Amino acid sequence: MDHSLPAGSRPDNASASPAVRFDNVGMRYGRGPEVLSDISFDLPRGSFQFLTGPSGAGKTSLLRLIYLAEQPSRGLVSLFGEDTSVMDRDTLPAFRRRIGVIFQDFRLLDHLSVFDNVALPLRVAGQGARQYGEDIVELLNWVGLGHRVDAYPPTLSGGEQQRAAIARAVVSRPEILIADEPTGNVDPDMARRLLRLFVELNRLGTTVLIASHDISLIRSMNAPVLELADGRLNRRARSA
Amino acid sequence: MSKLRRAAPLLPEEAGQDLPLLAVCAILTFLACLSVMGAAGAWRAASGWSGQLVSEITLQVLPGEETDGDAAAQDAGALASGLPGVISVEVRARAASEALLRPWLGSAQLPDDFPLPRLVTLEIDPQDPPAAGAVEALFADAPYRVIVDDNRLWAGAIARASGTVRFFAIGLVILMCAAAAAVIVFAARAALSMRREIAEALHLVGAPDRFIIALFQARFFMLGLKAGTVGSILALLAALLLGYAGGSAGALFFLPSLAPGWGVILVVPAAALLAGLISGLAARLTIRAGLRKRS
Repeated sequence: MDHSLPAGSRPDNASASPAVRFDNVGMRYGRGPEVLSDISFDLPRGSFQFLTGPSGAGKTSLLRLIYLAEQPSRGLVSLFGEDTSVMDRDTLPAFRRRIGVIFQDFRLLDHLSVFDNVALPLRVAGQGARQYGEDIVELLNWVGLGHRVDAYPPTLSGGEQQRAAIARAVVSRPEILIADEPTGNVDPDMARRLLRLFVELNRLGTTVLIASHDISLIRSMNAPVLELADGRLNRRARSA
Repeated sequence: MSKLRRAAPLLPEEAGQDLPLLAVCAILTFLACLSVMGAAGAWRAASGWSGQLVSEITLQVLPGEETDGDAAAQDAGALASGLPGVISVEVRARAASEALLRPWLGSAQLPDDFPLPRLVTLEIDPQDPPAAGAVEALFADAPYRVIVDDNRLWAGAIARASGTVRFFAIGLVILMCAAAAAVIVFAARAALSMRREIAEALHLVGAPDRFIIALFQARFFMLGLKAGTVGSILALLAALLLGYAGGSAGALFFLPSLAPGWGVILVVPAAALLAGLISGLAARLTIRAGLRKRS
């Protein structure tokens, strides 16, 4: 499978500040040991990168820093050139709306149908069902859930839940897309299909960071790889 | 063409879980409404009594051994009718006095020579009543004794009693509002705790606190509105029942009537709205504090 490199080192707006910048970042939970140490890297706008590393290396913590669920214990994390440590509670939502997140545990709401789960970011942004209805059905068709539009998460398989979570993350065309093991529960064909979706979003300007253990997925793209081990960013490499 | 879908509620319907909370709020509203209706009844009664008292003076005419009681009463009435400030005079004959004593003395006929006082009611002009002591002075030389009951003396006591009842009723309503708010605070905390994953998911897709707060506030406002409606309607029915029972049996003649006038019917929408507002506001403050505590 050859996806020509969607972006990687090809940011759309090279002159702008990077979408994400980590500068000597350390992070610990409470009084525990540092789970991330001296992390420095940039995600240029419009780039496509992978994040890999063994379990417990700190991938999820790093992603939590990007989607503003945590604050670093030291160092600087900036989004779109803004220092996240000085963002107040009222400005966080606007930044979060610019980020789409695919969680490893999906975080779908069980009482909402697939349709309503996927519509959540648009509803929060103030759009009505009349505006987004057809777009969502089209997107669900694309991720192979066209027949499960009205189903509820508890009745979906793991793969279906994952695809619903992906649709929710991309529906608002975020400027940054963060995915934590986005293809972990789907078959290889569906994994390739989902990867194409990420590539397409990246072509349209979205900065994509995918955390994955899936070596074949990573190798299918000629994209930079951030490798974490024991909370440290050991090396940067290209995937192919 | 795809069908138009209605957006599902972001907070799940609580169905049975809301019922106990609704019942508690409805009971509190019921009690608060009864307090208000009781106070309104007391106020109406006090106003009526006071209105009568400030416009009436009663004369007790005590006939002497050699004077005819009814003639003495007629004479007292004629004298009083000429007094400035007296609008009209009603002389009550012996039969009226006997009727007043009947509950205590039974239906036995009193001896004809029993010195039964006669009553004379003077309707006076509340704006220009007779001067103090003028009524007594009228009968200084009369061959019979007259005791003047200036009913205006009672008006102040009734006004004070009415004020006290109103004060207690307002206090009760405030206490019940506070109790309802406290119940809602606990319920809102529990709701936020139960629905933590919803708040988190909404935060992560960029919902500001005010969006999440508005969801819970709307839910609790509706709950308060429903509870307020149920509680106030039940209170209205209870008041009607008490009013009917009191009126038909005559057993509650000494209590202010709870029978609601047309104005009291406004208690239903007012109580429902107030319950909704208290519930919504309490939930708003609780959820806002809860969200800030979690972050």
